[in-house]
Amino acid sequence: MPIGRPANELPPLSQDEILRYSRHLIIPEVGVEGQRRLKAARVLMVGAGGLGSPIGLYLAAAGVGRLGIVEFDVVDATNLQRQVLHGTKDVGRKKVESARDRIRDLNPHVEVVAHEAWLTSENALEIIRDYDLVVDGTDNFATRYLVNDACVLLGKPNVYGSIYRFEGQSTVFCTDEGPCYRCLYPEPPPPGLVPSCAEGGVLGILPGLVGLVQATETVKLIAGIGEPLVGRLLLVDALGMQFRTVKLRRDPRCPACGTREIKELIDYQQFCGIRGGEDETAGVPVLTVAELDERRRGGADLDLVDVREPHEWDIGRIEGARLAPLSSFADALRTFDSARDVVLYCKSGVRSAKAVRQLQEAGFKRVWNLEGGILRWSEEIDPTVPRY
Amino acid sequence: MPVTLRLPAVLAKAAGGKTVHEARGATVGEVVGDVAGRFPELGPRLRDAKGEPYPYVIFYLDDEDIRFQQGFATPVPDGAEIVVVPAIAGG
Ligand SMILES: [Zn+2]
Repeated sequence: MPIGRPANELPPLSQDEILRYSRHLIIPEVGVEGQRRLKAARVLMVGAGGLGSPIGLYLAAAGVGRLGIVEFDVVDATNLQRQVLHGTKDVGRKKVESARDRIRDLNPHVEVVAHEAWLTSENALEIIRDYDLVVDGTDNFATRYLVNDACVLLGKPNVYGSIYRFEGQSTVFCTDEGPCYRCLYPEPPPPGLVPSCAEGGVLGILPGLVGLVQATETVKLIAGIGEPLVGRLLLVDALGMQFRTVKLRRDPRCPACGTREIKELIDYQQFCGIRGGEDETAGVPVLTVAELDERRRGGADLDLVDVREPHEWDIGRIEGARLAPLSSFADALRTFDSARDVVLYCKSGVRSAKAVRQLQEAGFKRVWNLEGGILRWSEEIDPTVPRY
Repeated sequence: MPVTLRLPAVLAKAAGGKTVHEARGATVGEVVGDVAGRFPELGPRLRDAKGEPYPYVIFYLDDEDIRFQQGFATPVPDGAEIVVVPAIAGG
């Protein structure tokens, strides 16, 4: 069953559109009716980043009539390795604007609706209500639970994809019979356990693979063809290049789609255990990059320690530092001298705060965390240290 | 005949760098315990302090979710494959 309007209410195709979509029109499973369904379809993309890029490009090319994009972020140079919707000239621009320009160039028949905002419990129902389905290309657990609950409440399919390093997952949630995100993952991992792509990295091609699975499922749902990825979770392993599906079941105890005890959107930051964001570094003695610079210029004898991983050390380091990765920090404790001042740094200051705590627990008193990490050192003191 | 425990790449570092492990055990919990016993760092990533699965790390026995069977007590047939799927959120 295709989603959207009955066949007699579908918009006609212009001659331009018939030519543009001719390779669709000559597939019997799509045909003129399928293309008119695509034209009538209203799809909301949440996120115009790694997953959103291939999703947006291919859905626009395929002729989806209205493409909504929820995104508040700005294009950053570190996005370009995978976010092919944006170009080098767009660095610093709003992603929704960059996306709109690119899609307009690709297919002027597509109406792009830019929602320049973060999706929140306050605006989600209002935004999603006007669309036929949602494609989830967000990058955090809180928004994924929010998208799920809003889709369950409104009865909209949620075409899901997520990625980390070399692996991805995709499925279609929130259909009439199928399971929802909460049926699969009733609770999120505690904050900090699963690193984001910004912290842990991602193979740039991977969101292309997984995003195009989502785009494919979206087109199938709209045209009502094939076997949708409902009740099956596709696992993508780019290193082994293996694709497998495992069975998903609707959980009758699910508070969203089962018992339906979730009747309105909740506070998803709280649900995901996110309090202040900077919590992990709270109470740890800090040294600013300016203070460190001044003390080094003054010839102070201090032990500057980089707690990042060796592959990050290879990208760049603060001169005079030594490496003691947090992952094996316990083994490195004996290399510290409690009589010397110790300054620890990592990329942005979170991991090094943990290392400071470990040293404090081991009895060290003269230990400081370099505030803002090597990124701030690069910004404010030594721009020859590469940002990453 | 041993069974296979297949980990995601993200957990391989805690498991000697390998994603595929041969293991023994009559139940899913025993198989998990067998591999976790070899890699102390891996254990806490697969089960909580009480030895129960986390709500964000899902185990599939021959592609079926063990939560809809008997959880860690689900019997494991010879030659079975257990796939570990943790929640990820990147996009
Ligand atoms: Zn559910």
